[in-house]
Amino acid sequence: MQMKKYKHIIGYCTLWMCSVLISLNAMAQNDPLIEKVSQKLGLVNDYVAEGVMKTDVSFIKASLGKVKVYFKKPNLLKVKKDGGISLLPRGGVSLTINSLLNTKQYTTIPAGTQQLNGKNLTVIKLIPTDDNLDWVISTLWIDPQEALVYKTATTTKENGSYEITMQYGEYANQGLASKIIFSFNTKDYKLPNGITLEFGDEDPAAKQKALKNKKGTIEITYSKYTINKGVPISIFK
Amino acid sequence: MWSLIQIELYKIFRRPRTYIAFGAIAALIIVIQLGLKIDGDAYAGFLMKDINDTLTVDGKVLNGYLICYILLQLLLVHVPLLVALIAADMISGEANLGTLRLLFTTPYSRTHWVLAKFIAASIYTILLLIWLAFLALFVSMWIFGTDDLFLMKSNYVVLIEQSDVLWRYLGAFVFASFSLLTVTSLGFLMSSMSNNSIGPIVGTMSAIVFFTILSTLNIPLFNLVKPYLFTTHMNNWKEFFDIKVNINNEAIRGSILNIPKIKTSLWVLTMHIILFVTASVIIIKKKDILS
Repeated sequence: MQMKKYKHIIGYCTLWMCSVLISLNAMAQNDPLIEKVSQKLGLVNDYVAEGVMKTDVSFIKASLGKVKVYFKKPNLLKVKKDGGISLLPRGGVSLTINSLLNTKQYTTIPAGTQQLNGKNLTVIKLIPTDDNLDWVISTLWIDPQEALVYKTATTTKENGSYEITMQYGEYANQGLASKIIFSFNTKDYKLPNGITLEFGDEDPAAKQKALKNKKGTIEITYSKYTINKGVPISIFK
Repeated sequence: MWSLIQIELYKIFRRPRTYIAFGAIAALIIVIQLGLKIDGDAYAGFLMKDINDTLTVDGKVLNGYLICYILLQLLLVHVPLLVALIAADMISGEANLGTLRLLFTTPYSRTHWVLAKFIAASIYTILLLIWLAFLALFVSMWIFGTDDLFLMKSNYVVLIEQSDVLWRYLGAFVFASFSLLTVTSLGFLMSSMSNNSIGPIVGTMSAIVFFTILSTLNIPLFNLVKPYLFTTHMNNWKEFFDIKVNINNEAIRGSILNIPKIKTSLWVLTMHIILFVTASVIIIKKKDILS
């Protein structure tokens, strides 16, 4: 008799927990603002964007370079410099807003509102539901009126944390930014003089001190998007 | 004067020893190119270990321009030793053979002969440098192709666009010609003081090795004399490959970071050349030819 009673209680508890989890999941997945943003981004199946890339890392001297950015749903992204060597944050460039949201494998947590550059933005945190994804958590700053993401901060499993700030212009209706700034942490750079054969440098310690800025940024200013005209998959290989 | 230079050039290029330097440079460059062609990715991976922790580098890093830079770094330290083989033999070799006395009995003055010999030795030096440039730059470009020059220095990285590279190599080779001519003039000075070839050749090589070591050691006592040593300035061809950045940390195309350093080095090297050649002329003019 008592055993039957316990079975009932355990059964009710399991049912209640399942229903709570399902409702939480449904609530999270169906965050209306994220859905709105996703719908906007969903209009774009692929694009080729032309722009200018600026690399600002303390230990790198590089000039501005013309780049082409290729995107294909759900999360393929490639940045190619026009005839030259390009430097991109390790693993960070592929974590754009399209690639985060298009996977649909996340749960959302509302985190209030914040002011950013005079705009009142809704902050939402994304937590991946698929353990195989590269990222651990991502915070999105979204304009609720325009359904545009102005900033993301993502922590990855292997490649550190990244911040991506976006500015919008002509292509805002499709949720595509006119300028993207990737910010990331850099590690120390040092090669022994025996390898570089740079002996007798006057004051290498002073030079090194001047280069100890730990933040790096890569800015891409887009001039033109070609949307939904097809991008061959071979580009991403 | 031109006929004297022609005679001296004929003498230089008739000696098998002259071609040792050309052969040695060709062999070294080919071996390094072959090694980098086969196993260059592992070498580039080792160099870029620190960068790869932070960034993904997309493009042909190990291209002809970088190979040429690596080759010049390795070879421009050793080519002076090859130059010494010929330059330090120009006068002492003739003194040893007893032909110097005959030369100075011709209607041309001793100064004419000394200058003709120096110009001939300089032409040999320049030809050696052109040979080095051809193999290190153009053959590397042909084998490895071209792309931006991704230079990894001790404390920072310089990325120079490929359209901005060739003129830098031209500048670097012109600068290197001054460095090697300084060695030629030093060998020439040593040669004017001796009656056999071995002494000046070994003396010139020893002087280069000795001063190079002083130039590379970061000891405060040596730092006082470093600015006056020609070996300190010989390696400043690398300054052509350092670039200015603006306030936003954007590299400025076509710029050189430290032009005054290049100018100073060129001035110091030129002064050394003038000093050594003038000293050679004075020594030869006063020399009692007994051999």
